[in-house]
Amino acid sequence: MAVTLQDVQHIAGLARIGLSPAHAATLVAELNTILGHMEVLARVDTEGVQPSTGVGAGGLQSRSDSSGAVPLARSLDAFAPALRDGLLLVPRLSTHESTEDA
Amino acid sequence: MSAGTPRTSAAALRATVRDGSVTTGATVEEALQRAHDVKAGMDGLNIFVSLDESFLMDHARGAATQLADTEPGALLGVPVALKDNIASLHHPTTCGSRLLKGYVSPYEATVVTRLRAAGAVPFGKTNMDEFAMGSSTENSAYGPTRNPLAPDRAPGGSSGGSAAAVAAGIVPIALGSETGGSVRQPAAFCGVVGVKPTYGRVSRFGLVAFASSLDQVGVFGTTVDDAARGLRVIAGHDPLDATSVDAPVPDYSAVATRSIEGMVIGRPREYFPETLDTRVRARCAAALARLEAQGAVIRDVSLPHTSLAIPVYYIIAPAEASSNLARFDGVRFGVRLEGDGLRGMYEATRTRGFGAEVLRRILLGTYVLSAGYYDAYYRKAQQVRSLIADDFTKVFSSGVDVLFTPTTPTPAFALGAISDPYEMYMSDIFTVTANLAGVPAMSLPIGRIDGLPIGGQFIAPHFEEERMFAAAFALERALGAEAHR
Repeated sequence: MAVTLQDVQHIAGLARIGLSPAHAATLVAELNTILGHMEVLARVDTEGVQPSTGVGAGGLQSRSDSSGAVPLARSLDAFAPALRDGLLLVPRLSTHESTEDA
Repeated sequence: MSAGTPRTSAAALRATVRDGSVTTGATVEEALQRAHDVKAGMDGLNIFVSLDESFLMDHARGAATQLADTEPGALLGVPVALKDNIASLHHPTTCGSRLLKGYVSPYEATVVTRLRAAGAVPFGKTNMDEFAMGSSTENSAYGPTRNPLAPDRAPGGSSGGSAAAVAAGIVPIALGSETGGSVRQPAAFCGVVGVKPTYGRVSRFGLVAFASSLDQVGVFGTTVDDAARGLRVIAGHDPLDATSVDAPVPDYSAVATRSIEGMVIGRPREYFPETLDTRVRARCAAALARLEAQGAVIRDVSLPHTSLAIPVYYIIAPAEASSNLARFDGVRFGVRLEGDGLRGMYEATRTRGFGAEVLRRILLGTYVLSAGYYDAYYRKAQQVRSLIADDFTKVFSSGVDVLFTPTTPTPAFALGAISDPYEMYMSDIFTVTANLAGVPAMSLPIGRIDGLPIGGQFIAPHFEEERMFAAAFALERALGAEAHR
């Protein structure tokens, strides 16, 4: 199950990470080495074994359906990279070229 | 006092503040002076990534005034360092990452609120491997932390700054976080005590998430008692963390003199392989002999799936990390780097904001979750995780009270000595199992090899931290000064 350059480029796209060709090539080698150590798991008999999704002794608990549990000491403008009228600003999507409303 | 020498304990500090012979301001001032003396800054040991001295002094004077007419808290006047992934209101929370440079949280972690309510002074933020991914504190945007006992050596990681802050005698207690051993391994490397509580014992509200099915806040202490007092303060149910368990929190210090006569201590053979450093083996044997001399019964046991823990961990943790770290995209907080359009901004921010190890793990996690590989890697790892957890259930239900193992296979390695990622992952080989099973575990010093500390580890069943502390107190008492030479 060797990782290819195409695999690395695909998962980098999914993860929103841009890789130079040299970095991608390095990662192919590194991921193959790491995943090579994982192959031992394929030899373990797990027939009928339930997968663990967590180990919490109390399970997950629901909280009441209400908002505002924690008052914030700072407003968004103290830490958001770009803000206007209380809304987070992001660059325009490439499919929406007009800058009329920017 | 040299680095590693036990300084004033948390209990003694509190007593002096309570009887009025010392003020909280004075304890903070002393800790700041100690930080200067040991060169804790970036040009020295590089322990702290933020330490606002004037704020700390103002805060400490205010705390003394506020507490004058109230019941003294359990950590009154005790400075406690915080790992840089624990949200606090007055210092940045950067997780050791360029991506969060300058970010100050709009809320604080429940553990910090509890520390302050107990009279403790949150004392600066400590260096760490970026987003807690690493075992040496070398993967920090702020550069590596140096081990106070041997500055050419790594302090361990990812909570290396917190371990070093305690080892250097700056604070008696520090908080870290554990996902695969990030408190116990640096505790072992730095010659201090490190505790990972049961999953669900301590609220993670305000702990920046790495791998949510594994993460837990942990405590460092100069001594077992310091760690016990710190854990008692931060433990307990919190409705803001859905995985937090509503269970009584015992007074862990109360077991300090409890007899371990008849306690059954398991020695799992998989943690003492043929290849184990003979000097580590000898230190562990000496520790077990001390425990036996106090009436404990040593029993050989087996946890047969132990060797699979590293492969399982390095599938599950990166998978969860790839999801948790998706939020760092330059939109809501942290640094934004411009690129071509929205997608370009995402990619520029994440690619240049994250360091090499974080990028590697995000990609590994994305791969094992992707179509075609999910069953072979992620689902398989979850199944084997069940087998690892079952190993602990079986051994504890067979009458074993606690397990004893080495914390790490070796003492602290030299900075820069390990470049192969998987070789670095293997330094967690004796610690990740407790995270995968959710059971509590702790490391304490059991001696030194060529001047470098060795840690011994106790592992207990879920919510049986008291049992683990009783064994640790007994061993600490029996070893005395031998634990540090």
